[in-house]
Amino acid sequence: MTDITTAIAQPPVRRRKIRWNRVFDHVILILGSMFMLLPVVLTLLTSTWDNVTIHTGGIQYSIGEDAFRNYQKALFEKSGFSQVVDGMKMMTNSLILGLGFAIGKIVISMMAAYAIVYFRFRFATFAFWIVFTTLLLPLEVRILPSYEVVQSLGLLNTYTGLIVPLIASATGTFYFRQFFKSVPEETLEAARIDGAGPIHFFFDILVPVSQTMIAAIFIIMFVYGWNQYLWPTLMTTDENMFTLVRGIKQIMQVWIGANIPDYGVAMALAIIAMTPPVLIVILFQNWFVKGLVESEK
Amino acid sequence: MAQVTISSVNKIYPNGFHAVKDADFHIKDGEFIVLVGPSGCGKSTLLRMFAGLEDISTGEIAIDDRVVNDVDPAQRDIAMVFQNYALYPHMTVYKNMAYGLKRAKKSKEDIEIAVQKVAKMLDLTPLLDRKPSQLSGGQRQRVAMGRAIVRSPKLFLFDEPLSNLDAKLRSQMRIEVRRLQRDLGVTSVYVTHDQVEAMTMADRIVVLNAGKIEQIGTPAQIYQSPASVFVATFMGAPPMNMLEGGFKDGTLTLSGGGVIPHHSHGANGPVSIGIRPEKVTLQAEETPGALPFTYEFTEDLGAVKLVHGLLGGERFIVHTHEEAIIGDDAKFLSIDGGSVHVFDVNTGQRID
Repeated sequence: MTDITTAIAQPPVRRRKIRWNRVFDHVILILGSMFMLLPVVLTLLTSTWDNVTIHTGGIQYSIGEDAFRNYQKALFEKSGFSQVVDGMKMMTNSLILGLGFAIGKIVISMMAAYAIVYFRFRFATFAFWIVFTTLLLPLEVRILPSYEVVQSLGLLNTYTGLIVPLIASATGTFYFRQFFKSVPEETLEAARIDGAGPIHFFFDILVPVSQTMIAAIFIIMFVYGWNQYLWPTLMTTDENMFTLVRGIKQIMQVWIGANIPDYGVAMALAIIAMTPPVLIVILFQNWFVKGLVESEK
Repeated sequence: MAQVTISSVNKIYPNGFHAVKDADFHIKDGEFIVLVGPSGCGKSTLLRMFAGLEDISTGEIAIDDRVVNDVDPAQRDIAMVFQNYALYPHMTVYKNMAYGLKRAKKSKEDIEIAVQKVAKMLDLTPLLDRKPSQLSGGQRQRVAMGRAIVRSPKLFLFDEPLSNLDAKLRSQMRIEVRRLQRDLGVTSVYVTHDQVEAMTMADRIVVLNAGKIEQIGTPAQIYQSPASVFVATFMGAPPMNMLEGGFKDGTLTLSGGGVIPHHSHGANGPVSIGIRPEKVTLQAEETPGALPFTYEFTEDLGAVKLVHGLLGGERFIVHTHEEAIIGDDAKFLSIDGGSVHVFDVNTGQRID
């Protein structure tokens, strides 16, 4: 009797088997994240050292003492040839570019997708495919004509010139088209019976329903806009219009006489330039995932 | 509270598909009309033409003497309940119900009063602040009803509103919808493919098949004197038994042998014979007029039993309550006189 109960109470201790394929998976993942993170960590560490140390010793693997100086200099000290632009100004420019780029793209592509999906005009599908094929023509291909147009409109060194030529978005239009197509037909019909015209349907129903989709596209586009390099470099000659991404390079170029370039400041600026996109992704992460996978409409 | 006149309405799609053929009928004030038929019979298309969601190819639909062919859905004074409810997912129940009124430029106070009143009627008051995703199927259904009622339309349109609910809730909602409609007295058109819904809810049923109206009548008329083989077999569960036969010298005879009690008919020749499963009696002994029956199996539904077998070589179902005569004992079958339906073999039309 006792034997039986103890046998039930204590099942034979089985040694946990090591599942080698899980160990393997984790090793791959850890290696992958180290590969991605290491440059960032090294930049962060190096940005806390003074220029001489960096110049003589290269990349640093520990925390230095000049963090405060470097970051302060990066953010608030006027630099460049004209000595008019500081880190804050460049950050503002980047923000304007990133926000204008993302919001503009969302507005334009939502309206384009709305027209394509909900209005039965001739060649709607054709129009969509035309928009879609522009994916094959990135900015780099049309950069000279674009520059010519912007220049002749007198839009060099303006925010408009910085943002507008980049705003048309085949990707955005495509995403919104797919999303609108998945909104049930009955929703539109119910709205029509409720007396909502095309404008009310768009703003009262379609836009709120697309919230998570808008958030997802906003994140992608903001990061993409923030990281724009080629177009701002071409477009802006006035240092007041410089974006962060462009400004980093500028610091390294100030190589006058026997001066050592401001390595520490450049590193600090790189870290600063990285922060807003990272913050946006972290903050909107939930929405982002929802926007991509959520099916309830 | 309106009457609706449908005069020779046709719907032909651009690809040439003729979805509704010459629909022609009149809906009385406060009447509950059910459009019923198999999928693809044009019933939804017809309903959507009432709503203005589908253009009318030819013909006219008039609500209270106003031809609405070219009137916007919102201006027709109608409300529609959809199969998937079509609630606005981002709006609360209150806002869902209020949206139509808001678009109609009603004042905030009027909207509040109207919504609260309808919410109370449908027991939705505690749910007014919820979003549709937080509601059960039955609750969503009630919100969809509420959204329709709150606009106090002249005409309710229902597009298979109960088919997404489970069986128990469906029979409950059937009664609830009917009661509400009767209390409000609003003329209603209800589309369904479920003949039980059609029979239990309708004042009058319109049976459609392949775009054509087969018969219009009260549930009793439809059931007791179906106008065609299609109506006879579509309405009623289990369906009417159809047998081949013909008139010979004034008597109705089955092809497989046996005389069916039926009043004399002038012409001779082949006909289709319809007999409702519940209008026959199974018996163990032969009596005058009884026909030989071959038993196959029984479906026991508790209160009733469906006995399957062969009559004159053709499949035949008997709907019975009786305990005793089932199984192989059921050797004969007698048909209640006066409940035999005769149809033309070629056209499928009823012959009286």
